[in-house]
Amino acid sequence: MSNKSNIIEVRNLKKKYNNNTAVDGVCLSIFTGSCFGLLGPNGAGKTTTVEMMENIIPQDSGDIFYKQGIRDKTFNQEIGIQFQHTELLAYLTVEETLRTFASFYNKHLPVEEIISLCMLENIKKRLNNKISGGQRQRLLLGLSFLNDPDLIFLDEPTTGLDPQARKHIWEIIRNMNKKGKTFILTTHYMEEAQSLCDTIAIMDKGCIIEQGSPESLIDKHCKGMDCPWNLESVFLKLTGKSLKE
Amino acid sequence: MWALFVARNFEFIRDRAGFGWNILFPFLIVAGFGVIFSSDSSSEFKMGVFPVNPDKMNVKALKIPEKLKTDGYIKLVPFETYDEAIDKLLHHKIDILLEDKGPKLRYWISDSSPKGWVMEKVAKEAIIPEDMFASRVIKQQIKGEQIRYIDWLFPGILGMNIMFSSLFGVGYVIVKYRRNGVLKRLKATPVTAFEYLTAQMISRVMILLSTSFLVWFGCDLLFSFKMQGSYFDAFVIFLAGTICLVSLGLIIACRGTNEELTNGIINFICWPMMFLSEVWFSIEGTSAWVKSIAKMLPLTHFLSAIRKIINDGATLSQVSSEIVILLAMSLIFLSIGSIFFSWTR
Repeated sequence: MSNKSNIIEVRNLKKKYNNNTAVDGVCLSIFTGSCFGLLGPNGAGKTTTVEMMENIIPQDSGDIFYKQGIRDKTFNQEIGIQFQHTELLAYLTVEETLRTFASFYNKHLPVEEIISLCMLENIKKRLNNKISGGQRQRLLLGLSFLNDPDLIFLDEPTTGLDPQARKHIWEIIRNMNKKGKTFILTTHYMEEAQSLCDTIAIMDKGCIIEQGSPESLIDKHCKGMDCPWNLESVFLKLTGKSLKE
Repeated sequence: MWALFVARNFEFIRDRAGFGWNILFPFLIVAGFGVIFSSDSSSEFKMGVFPVNPDKMNVKALKIPEKLKTDGYIKLVPFETYDEAIDKLLHHKIDILLEDKGPKLRYWISDSSPKGWVMEKVAKEAIIPEDMFASRVIKQQIKGEQIRYIDWLFPGILGMNIMFSSLFGVGYVIVKYRRNGVLKRLKATPVTAFEYLTAQMISRVMILLSTSFLVWFGCDLLFSFKMQGSYFDAFVIFLAGTICLVSLGLIIACRGTNEELTNGIINFICWPMMFLSEVWFSIEGTSAWVKSIAKMLPLTHFLSAIRKIINDGATLSQVSSEIVILLAMSLIFLSIGSIFFSWTR
């Protein structure tokens, strides 16, 4: 049964590409206002699961409920997405990009507020093809916040960023989470997941193999083990130490 | 939709290399052809003469029939030796070879060259005195202004530019956006496929009409094109033709993420269309099946209508069949493009 505090719920989600099963019966319940982390090795099915939840790709079977109902036309008005690999229109400036995307929504935050929140003031007049990787990630994050969404999907938001840029993005996510926004993020950085998420699910071979708060998972899997007391040890214990791809 | 339209226009205008090339390319083609066809190169046939020193050729002193020396459609090409000259004839670089040694006219032609066959008749006719024809033939000349080749060619060049820009500017660009995730990012917003495609289409049509106007204006300053019809009628045909070709671009754009394959498909469509739709030369006299294929191509109807207006002074009602075909094709292309459009791969 749907829990009233769930913002999104997934039941028995399945997806195949040709004969390869990418997602195999995933069930998830994500509470409103939480920061939910989806972890897993490369090819575990994280991005496919998230993209089905985002309504970007269709599922083969299973159900997805948003605010206890099916996703309708308002879904895209109420969610924010930052994809793993996205280019932007090369010859628009940062500010023009934000204004263009803002115009797609019925309601949106002032563009100036997003520029300030994501520290884009210095580059707002710069063309998208002239900004650095970190600046681009901040812009993409800003785009996902534009419509003041209730639910924000972040697919590896800090991959490839230097520690300063990563910490800055963490700070932005924490502040938004404190304001009641729900986050679903995938990441390969265990430190990031441990620092930001209140609930973690670990995926492998298309299935959820463990779920809980970072503390409970560490407590459950590291107790009595000769390993560092952190999420990385949990991850390696559950998914194995050998190369996955 | 307005924001997407503006964004696409910025993309086009700020990409200075692409923008410049879109204007420069047709201008250079028209200018190049204008220069070529306004100089002495009205010669359609090449007549080799040997043995003649190319550096010291004195046309008056040549021992070939006088008519051949002064014919504007024949270009005399001197060769020092027979071997050099016959090699050029074998490779169809010249259409006939004459020996510069009177009094008997000695010539060589290639059996496989239609132009050689014609030139043989011309060479033989040249040795017959003009008064021999007087009682046997009646010459009639067309009165009024004649259409220069550049006037006939110009609408073809503009149409060709619109075709390339439509297919590459819509088809190729949207496939690129799909591959690099721009479309996926847009799918995550409330923007609908209809809004996106309409914005792309309107932007491209507006850009192409503007650049075509610029090219026309620039070329007109150089060549003073003869416009027989109305500019408004020409605009309507340009609009209908551009919409049709952009719609064709949307079919190419509707699926796929492989830019190289898309490039190949566009070239596969463009090149036959360029030749069969009479951009450069008429296909009058070719086989019926070639003409049937040509009639299936949108550029054929576009160029047929625009040439009737520009060269013959036709009105819109006189090109109504072409307009109907262009609009019907646009509708079909748009429907296919919209039905099969996918944001992601």
